[in-house]
Amino acid sequence: MTAVAGRRAAVFGWTKAGLLILFVFVFLIPIYVLLVTSFKPLTEADPGQAWNLPQTWTTEAWRVAWEKLAPGLWNSVLLAVPGSLLSCALGSMNGYVLSKWRFPGADVLFTLFLFGMFIPYQGVMIPLVQLLVWVDEQAGLQGVFYGGIPGLVLAHVVYGIPICTLIFRNYYVTIPDELIEASRVDGAGMLRAYWSVVLPVSAPAIAVVIIWQFTSLWNDFLFAVFLTGPTSWPTTVMLNNIAGAQATPYSQQMAAAILASVPTMVIYVVLGRFFMRGLMAGALKG
Amino acid sequence: MLVRRARTWLPGLLLVTPSIVLIGVFVYGMLGWNFRVAMTDQHDAVSEGKFVGLQNFVDIWDLPRWHLSVNHAIMFTVVFVLGALLLGWLLAFLMEKGIRGEGTFRAIYLFPMAISFVATGIVWRWLMNSGTGERAVGLNRLFDWIGLPQWQWFRDPDWGMAAMALPAIWQMSGYVMALFLAGFRGVPEELREAARVDGCTEWGVYRHVVLPLLRPVTLSALIILGHISLKVFDLIVAVSGKQIITDVPAVFMWVAVFDSNDPAKGATIASYIVLSVAIFVIPYLVWSVRKERRS
Repeated sequence: MTAVAGRRAAVFGWTKAGLLILFVFVFLIPIYVLLVTSFKPLTEADPGQAWNLPQTWTTEAWRVAWEKLAPGLWNSVLLAVPGSLLSCALGSMNGYVLSKWRFPGADVLFTLFLFGMFIPYQGVMIPLVQLLVWVDEQAGLQGVFYGGIPGLVLAHVVYGIPICTLIFRNYYVTIPDELIEASRVDGAGMLRAYWSVVLPVSAPAIAVVIIWQFTSLWNDFLFAVFLTGPTSWPTTVMLNNIAGAQATPYSQQMAAAILASVPTMVIYVVLGRFFMRGLMAGALKG
Repeated sequence: MLVRRARTWLPGLLLVTPSIVLIGVFVYGMLGWNFRVAMTDQHDAVSEGKFVGLQNFVDIWDLPRWHLSVNHAIMFTVVFVLGALLLGWLLAFLMEKGIRGEGTFRAIYLFPMAISFVATGIVWRWLMNSGTGERAVGLNRLFDWIGLPQWQWFRDPDWGMAAMALPAIWQMSGYVMALFLAGFRGVPEELREAARVDGCTEWGVYRHVVLPLLRPVTLSALIILGHISLKVFDLIVAVSGKQIITDVPAVFMWVAVFDSNDPAKGATIASYIVLSVAIFVIPYLVWSVRKERRS
């Protein structure tokens, strides 16, 4: 009886492991294609060799892709670095107040914030473009807010407020109220308590928010395509233009796609733990 | 008394005021403004924009392209949401009891999340290339070798959007797996043990103890996948551009704004997209905030 049950459990265990390994191969197919194709010379572009390894490995496609994509990569850095830092600052302050200095109606306000996380941005795009054009006109600028990176940063910071507030609030809820109370007894005000009690223990939440925002800013296409122009196109828009051109060989398309994904992939590999927590926060787990 | 109480919460309110103003203007103000544009006849750049009520919302149903894009979005949503949910659940189920190398498995299933939909779209456009026979590359070439029929993938007039959901499933099912895995692990071992003592089989334990406790996680996953799906844009553009054959409302809106220069039509489509998401997200948010307050 136990022997049968034991054997059945073993068979079940092996089946599970086998299926998991099978899925690993399925999940890695696109990565194989990206890598293998990107190292192929143009002479091996015929469909018959589509799945083969390159006969001669070359980095030619990578070189061309880098030349075409570099301005976009730089624009993305200018977008994602200040954008994620600003989001982090705003989110931290909001989260602190909404968890430790709650005012009447704070719950309703939080719910109203959260809805901002789920709105399809298409719903604000036309007024947003009109507003940014108007701001440029009023300030006598051209292509700064509409068609420039500052406008794109502004949009991402504003629409990032809900998720960043949520992550910080859920983290700060776990800090005991007594710590804040104690510092108040010592005469510290709200900002003082934030600075000396809350901020020093915020590192994990800061990491989660910066990683989350950096990844979403880096990977965003919708805002970029509506709000930026040729000189301020970030990586995603340039990548789409490169790949959309009929003349671009597959090897260059794939090399460009990998180049565009390197920063977020590195973050994922190095800081995966925090990446996961950001994902979980997105699921509204209180 | 009132003044003293106000002094305890007023500084907090002041600190979040900038965010309240920003959310008020950029989220709610602009949703409202968009709706207002949708109720005008501003069908070109120079038009005055006379108020026409809900006329645009009615008229759009006369456009064959709108019907097509709505049908596409529905098919994409059904295939993507069910596919990602089932695959994510299966992966979590296989790993639930712990398995050697679990960290590696999880990392591999999850990494597509870190990549942009645009980059994903580029690979999958190659994989789902519709060329057949001698010209076949990608999956068609692979299918040819192992004796499966080749097909048109996203260019298939009937099932194209089901193919379009494949890259999205590839990208999001790892996320669903992580959610379910956290759900599985959240079931207290004592509960399972108690059910076993009561004579439940392993399947019975799963069916009557674990599954009901997974309901909140399933709901979260459903909401997240659903709202991603209804506004899907990047992926479609990266795989097939603006082609009618894979048109969805978000792409149609983009075309209306930039190619047809028709803000009123664009705003109308955008309003419909917002509505389709709001209809299930608002009850969900109210429900989850209330639940949190109770606990």
